[in-house]
Amino acid sequence: MTATKPVATARPLPSLPSVYRSRASVELKEFFRQRESVVFTLMLPVLLLVVFGAVLDFDLGNGVTFTQYFMAGIIAAGILGASLQNMAISIATERSDGTLKSLAGTPMPRSAYFVGKVVQVLAVTLAIIAILLLIGVVFYDIDLPSGADWLTFAWVAGLGAAGCTLLGIALSSLAKNGRSASATVTPFALLLQFISGVFFQFSEIPTWMQTVAALFPLKWMAQGLRAVFLPDVMAASEPAGTWELGRTALVLAAWCVVGLLLCVATFRWQDRGSS
Amino acid sequence: MSSTPASATAVHDRQVDLEAAISIRGLVKRYGDFVAVDGLDLDIRRGEIFALLGPNGAGKTTTVEICEGYRSRDAGEVRVLGEDPADGARSWKAQLGIVLQSGAGDSQLTTREMLTAQASYYADPRDPDEVLELVGLTEKAGVRGKSLSGGQRRRLDVALGIVGRPTLLFLDEPTTGFDPEARRQFWSLIRSLRELGTTMLLTTHYLDEAEALADRVGVITRGRLVEVAVPSLLGGRETAPAVVSWTEDGARRTEATATPTALLRELSARFPGEVPDLAVARPTLEDVYLQMIGEAR
Repeated sequence: MTATKPVATARPLPSLPSVYRSRASVELKEFFRQRESVVFTLMLPVLLLVVFGAVLDFDLGNGVTFTQYFMAGIIAAGILGASLQNMAISIATERSDGTLKSLAGTPMPRSAYFVGKVVQVLAVTLAIIAILLLIGVVFYDIDLPSGADWLTFAWVAGLGAAGCTLLGIALSSLAKNGRSASATVTPFALLLQFISGVFFQFSEIPTWMQTVAALFPLKWMAQGLRAVFLPDVMAASEPAGTWELGRTALVLAAWCVVGLLLCVATFRWQDRGSS
Repeated sequence: MSSTPASATAVHDRQVDLEAAISIRGLVKRYGDFVAVDGLDLDIRRGEIFALLGPNGAGKTTTVEICEGYRSRDAGEVRVLGEDPADGARSWKAQLGIVLQSGAGDSQLTTREMLTAQASYYADPRDPDEVLELVGLTEKAGVRGKSLSGGQRRRLDVALGIVGRPTLLFLDEPTTGFDPEARRQFWSLIRSLRELGTTMLLTTHYLDEAEALADRVGVITRGRLVEVAVPSLLGGRETAPAVVSWTEDGARRTEATATPTALLRELSARFPGEVPDLAVARPTLEDVYLQMIGEAR
């Protein structure tokens, strides 16, 4: 690079914040205008809450109903859908249909693409939490968290969403296109939900399944949210006999690191075979 | 036909030309054992429209995508607007417009929203509405990308390629799927961009398109450039025998001749009035092109 080279662009390139705003707006429109993603990601957890809440309204002791227990699990599952499933499917689609390749040919700073995705995940996560809380409070007598529980809620949801977003971006590189991403990630997520204490009480699941579940973020997100929604006396029925909030933070943070490393190692702007 | 470029366009200098829009020396690209580009030299001047012709698999798209910064090369030197595409800085990309063969993907955004977003990446973009007008999509401004027809979709790809006001525009088979009228409209769009000084590298399968638009054409087969010339001179077209045909005694007669004027004089002496069904034809660009790629095979 020499300084004498003729540069045709007299005006400076747009600032990072302005491109970030533009990408955020694109990503929000892409998500909320697509019927499939809205139904799949937003409405499915809502439907599950309505159905399970009405059908499985049994008592878990200590004045706690399964619906309260399920509230924590379905919020965790909702976050998983908004981050991991959403990222894996949408990015695999954009890679196979040429959207990513086109963007890579523009002067858009590459960070802007990821900022847009993060804004999308944040918006969808907040929307899903708000809707689920609203339904829980109005129809199923769920008490909103109070005081320090909000703080726990915020970091469990935030750290969980961050780790799952990174993992989702990494998973997108494994799929050939959006359809195949959906076909692999959706059953994987469903399986995780079954063994991570979303649909069943975690303590009722065979120990080896608990061990498998403990390798992935969802179990820790659900457990952390149970600490928010259930009275502390219920901690006794967790595997460790406590909420294990410290370990939850550590595992979720570790997934953020692992997810980030996987993203950096695997992210491609083009389909395989063209480089 | 020799495989050296015509002398007027020969690459004398082994050094890449930093002043050229695109300058390529000894470019090699392999995919496994397959040599896609095999020692290609090419210079494209600033302000010209250059058409790259060649059969599928000849190395056109590979060459173009190396220039665009999408692909790595195995050997050779490439400079695009004076810079190595492998470095691909933002300020360099800001001067390019790229219309990929595959186009961009589906979108929930309207055409105007897509152009506005694309414009936001550039320093000095064109007005999105102006660009819609240029490509004839004004009426589709509020329609979502995924609802456009194939030809409209392609015009949107071109619009996205020019909204950043590029000095160098890459067009990889831009008119595939266009009806004849849409192609004519596209041609006049390209000509008006040329008036504004935009350099263009066009790949196409339509020989009439190359002839109508390009200042120079290059024919590439098996990863090598076999000739670069002005369309009317490609393959010795201007000196190739002309084919004169007419009707005589109820039968169609044709004669290939290097001196068609002399033959016409003879014919006009032979017939009292008009020579029946007279036609004089030079080989078309397509004729010489097919002959060239046939010989190279």
